[in-house]
Amino acid sequence: MLAKRIIPCLDIKDGQTVKGTNFVNLRQAGDPIELGKLYSEQGADELVYLDITASHEGRKTFTELVKRIAQEINIPFTVGGGINELADVDRLLNAGADKVSINSAALRRPELIDEIAKNFGSQVCVVAIDAKCEDDAVHENGDPRIDGDWRCYVNGGRVPTEYKLFDWAKEVNERGAGEILFTSMNHDGVKNGFADAALRKLADTLTIPVIASGGAGKKEHFRDTFINGHSDAALAASVFHFGEIPIPELKQYLRSEGVNVRI
Amino acid sequence: MNVAIVKYNAGNIGSVENAVRRLGIEPVVTDDVERIRRADRVIFPGQGEAHSTMAYLKAHGLDEVIVNLKQPVLGICIGMQLLCRHSEEQDTDCLGVFDVDVKRFQPQRHEDKVPQMGWNTIEQTKSDLFKGFGSSAEKPEFVYFIHSFYVPLCDWTIATTNYTLPYSSALHKDNFYATQFHPEKSGRVGERILKNFIEMRG
Repeated sequence: MLAKRIIPCLDIKDGQTVKGTNFVNLRQAGDPIELGKLYSEQGADELVYLDITASHEGRKTFTELVKRIAQEINIPFTVGGGINELADVDRLLNAGADKVSINSAALRRPELIDEIAKNFGSQVCVVAIDAKCEDDAVHENGDPRIDGDWRCYVNGGRVPTEYKLFDWAKEVNERGAGEILFTSMNHDGVKNGFADAALRKLADTLTIPVIASGGAGKKEHFRDTFINGHSDAALAASVFHFGEIPIPELKQYLRSEGVNVRI
Repeated sequence: MNVAIVKYNAGNIGSVENAVRRLGIEPVVTDDVERIRRADRVIFPGQGEAHSTMAYLKAHGLDEVIVNLKQPVLGICIGMQLLCRHSEEQDTDCLGVFDVDVKRFQPQRHEDKVPQMGWNTIEQTKSDLFKGFGSSAEKPEFVYFIHSFYVPLCDWTIATTNYTLPYSSALHKDNFYATQFHPEKSGRVGERILKNFIEMRG
């Protein structure tokens, strides 16, 4: 049976991981390759590297980093951040990335999804969606109502768009994306669990895998998103970087809860 | 050890090159017929679509070269499917080393998405390719898959995987080995499989 995936996400600025880590056994805590290798050894199923550098110079640094990641990491990895056109995708795949994640660029010009799928295959195209539920009413479990007004945002969650989450996700699916990475802005950083009701609606209606992102605070949240949210994968950053949830412990826990994970 | 990786119009070839390098061997990525023939090991990798890759192999005379190789050959993913007789993907006649036809997954349940993408187990492993693995029944190993088409169970099956149905996740016949999964992306398990392939008796 296909395993549910655990995906640590690393934010990269000028070639270094940004969010602090307390991995004392790393020679350089900020080295994205050392950290990636550690996660891989611990049982991470994939890695996501997000370039949060804005400058042109920084982008070149990131491409060089992607080449080194491809040389040294032996599990699949996705790269994202600053991808605006097909040439960016070509550059990053050539450097050795397995998949690319696009976000704002897809909302600005949805045809980019079709172009990536046609030129490189659907499997390389991850579309990240940041959305916020703008309806104050919440279910008793704390989830914003899935029939609320989930609006998609661009520019790292700073700028609202006219797109509604479920309509956009359906369009992304139809245009040929390989996966959707959904971040609920209501849940991100709160550490109170993933947006499982919305995730479940996405997973049950789309024909491509859905990656849950935003809200992981404890091991139970991962179980909940796999079992209740029907997510195919779960992504998190700080709970891994700060060692709050060691991946081997998380996977043992998930298996004991009946979730099929790779151990 | 002279390892040749067949260069053609499929993606993901650089990943295999990187993986072989991590084993301490400098491979050559080439479409040169003589260099492929002379290599100690040939890896036929890739990610892609059957019809266009098959057309490319024919146009470059690589089809004849590959089927006549006598040294150990390892097909990976689309490389494995192209070593079969025929693929449902655009009704393509393939190389025919393995006399079996490649089918498309027909999922019956919504959660079985196509392509299969992610980690799944290989079971009933029987080959030098899987040397050093523990008892597969008790703790099957996970490897990384990404594919929409599959090879049914057949006489040459050396590993099985279950996704909508049990199918061949690896094949072996004479000097030809093939894996549907990507050993180059399958962590330590994948590294061991590539090492076993390179170190097997030629």
